[in-house]
Amino acid sequence: MTVVIDRTKPPEGDPAPKGPRSAAARARGKGDAGGGLYKPRAPIYPKLVQGRWRNIKWILLVLTLAVYYVTPWIRWDRPGDLPDQAVLVDFAGRRFYFFFIQLWPQEVYFITGLLVIAALALFLTSALFGRLWCGYACPQTVWTDLYIYIERMFEGDRNARMKLDASPVSFNKAWRKGGKHATWLAVAFGTGGAWIFYFHDAPSLLRDFWVGQAPMTAYVSCAILTFTTYALAGTMREQVCIYMCPWPRIQGAMLDQHSLQVTYRFDRGEPRAPHKKGATWDGRGDCIDCNACVVVCPMGIDIRNGSQLECINCGLCVDACDEIMVKVGRPKGLIAYDTDAAVAARACGEKPVYKLVRPRTLYYAGALALVGGLTLWGLATRSPMDVHVLRDRNPTFVRMQDGDIRNSYTLKIANRTFEPVIAQVAFGGVSGAELKTPGVEVTQGALALTVEPNQVRTVRAFVTAPSASLLQANMPATFTVQAAGATQVVTTSFLSGAANAR
Amino acid sequence: MSKRETDEVTGVETTGHEWDGIRELDNPLPRWWLWVFYASVAFAIVYWVLMPAWPGINGYTKGVMGHSDRAQVAQQLQTLRELRGEGAARLTNATLQEIEADPDLQQYALAVGQSVFGDNCATCHGVGGAGAKGYPNLLDDIWLWDGTLDGIHHTLKVGVRAGVEGTRFSQMPAFGRDQLLTSAQVNDLTELVMVLSRGEGDREAADRARPVFADQCASCHGVTGLGDPTQGAPNLTDAEWLYGASREEIRTQIWFGRNGVMPAWAGRFDDETLKALAVYVHANAGGR
Repeated sequence: MTVVIDRTKPPEGDPAPKGPRSAAARARGKGDAGGGLYKPRAPIYPKLVQGRWRNIKWILLVLTLAVYYVTPWIRWDRPGDLPDQAVLVDFAGRRFYFFFIQLWPQEVYFITGLLVIAALALFLTSALFGRLWCGYACPQTVWTDLYIYIERMFEGDRNARMKLDASPVSFNKAWRKGGKHATWLAVAFGTGGAWIFYFHDAPSLLRDFWVGQAPMTAYVSCAILTFTTYALAGTMREQVCIYMCPWPRIQGAMLDQHSLQVTYRFDRGEPRAPHKKGATWDGRGDCIDCNACVVVCPMGIDIRNGSQLECINCGLCVDACDEIMVKVGRPKGLIAYDTDAAVAARACGEKPVYKLVRPRTLYYAGALALVGGLTLWGLATRSPMDVHVLRDRNPTFVRMQDGDIRNSYTLKIANRTFEPVIAQVAFGGVSGAELKTPGVEVTQGALALTVEPNQVRTVRAFVTAPSASLLQANMPATFTVQAAGATQVVTTSFLSGAANAR
Repeated sequence: MSKRETDEVTGVETTGHEWDGIRELDNPLPRWWLWVFYASVAFAIVYWVLMPAWPGINGYTKGVMGHSDRAQVAQQLQTLRELRGEGAARLTNATLQEIEADPDLQQYALAVGQSVFGDNCATCHGVGGAGAKGYPNLLDDIWLWDGTLDGIHHTLKVGVRAGVEGTRFSQMPAFGRDQLLTSAQVNDLTELVMVLSRGEGDREAADRARPVFADQCASCHGVTGLGDPTQGAPNLTDAEWLYGASREEIRTQIWFGRNGVMPAWAGRFDDETLKALAVYVHANAGGR
């Protein structure tokens, strides 16, 4: 039997709520039903909370920030003049370096693969565990957390901050606010400053940056990221998630009844009411309406209203509620990571069922494995040499004085290794054909082309064939290129001119 | 105007529009959105002051920053010239053979040559250099004048019948038009040329023309018709015909004696461009 649960209406006979209210409720309360033509941002003062999820968030904050700041400084030895930075997006040199992997612009499909993998991984984790990304790993969440930490250093916790904001201008207010914004700006500058190291050699850019010798793009990128970090993490915060980010709206399609989300177990909590010490728990829910979950929420919502677009599933209300439940002597987990299906089952007195394996998760996992496998396979079987042959088409052939026919080709040989290679280029398919290219020596019918490390060499190759061996208008032909132990055969054609009258 | 009503669940007014039973809530935009709009307006006004913006009857508002796209292009072209200075110097200092032997410098010369060829030579010789009737094919190994690297370089400098001193010059008489030969003699000569080139044609008529050929043609084209690249006389025994291979076309050439002209490029291009062009043409022809 399906149970229809309406959690959107306030409990029956609920008087005007006392105590702290969620920021969303405050914003709704202002003005008319719609809140006017433009809705002012209601400031949110999240209270510091201790607990399991908060600790995990601190650890992830340190880890993700460390990865962001440290990565460009990791050195990785590459021969010659090649950059010694482990992770480098080299726009000027048109290469992407990632430890032992080196990608050329024409291999951008690996980046596409990576992006598809990232998207599918996001789909899968969302279907299984809800908005893990939003709550723990998204830069917006991480930097906002960091900024709130700084805010707390200068202005104190929730109540102190609210009091300070309401207080008139004073020296105390000025230095606290000033210090906060100055530190925010410094962090923002550090963020923008670290970003540019991904695009140039970090140590030399650091020096160039301060003496005014860095490229203009470095200064502009740094300025833009400083501004966006300061604005988005300092002053916009939840507005980014609610109004700017498309993901909260898209992820509705990934979630279902069996997805893990931060859930208020209303079956246990309702009817809620304040509780006096020693009073009976019979005939009432476990929720004591203390609003601890509301005051810690960085998104300014009341989780007891059910799953909401604004909720980033950070789990801070879980920690806050657990603390209260321990104090009043009730079991933890009134607010917990749980599924809608499990809550509904419990509400009907049934045993909750958790289903990780569902068609949806199977599809996502299958697609993820497929794209991941393809990308890995592509990377693993990538040839260190790339050969392209372009036939001249204007004219298609040239007739020589003695009646021989010459075709010309443009050969592009890419050397993706870090050592110079000698490519042996031979032509096949037309008997008696002679291969030559101006300025290059021919030994035993093959051109020996030296290709510099990490470079493409382009040469015009001329193939002249005696008229006796030209049996048809279009003769299939091949270029065989041997270099660094690898052989690549490129098929092309030789046009004999037989279709054109002399 | 459809009816605006309040949505029961959220308590928010709807826009009154309905699509298949779905109604749109009329939620307010966030206030900062409005600020972004104001900021755009302010930006536009600052932009009008700083940059060229409004068209007027005599010109346009120039803006106080003095920005001009034209000036910028001129500046960038100047920068380009300075950048090319280094490559140009390397071309100037190297001999043609050295340019061809150095893969790096050769690539540079080919790039310069290709661009110059496209702008100046392609009009007559075609983009690919395959030529056309009256305009020589530059890709094969058949050269009216010297087809070596130095020879091509020289031809580029002085041109052919370009009316400048030292230009490559030769002149084929208009045997028919100027009545140097009779119409019948021209007919016989045509048959002889046909026989020389591909063994076709009226052999009797060809034999009649042999003394005439010895008198009139052999001084340039050689006794056996093999031509002479030092005076731009084409080989008459091969399959390549500048003005066409048919009997009619060959006769027309003997009658009118057309002489093509190629400009001398020495005054128009600087040294390094001429060198690059010579290397390009030579490479395209297979580098004989």
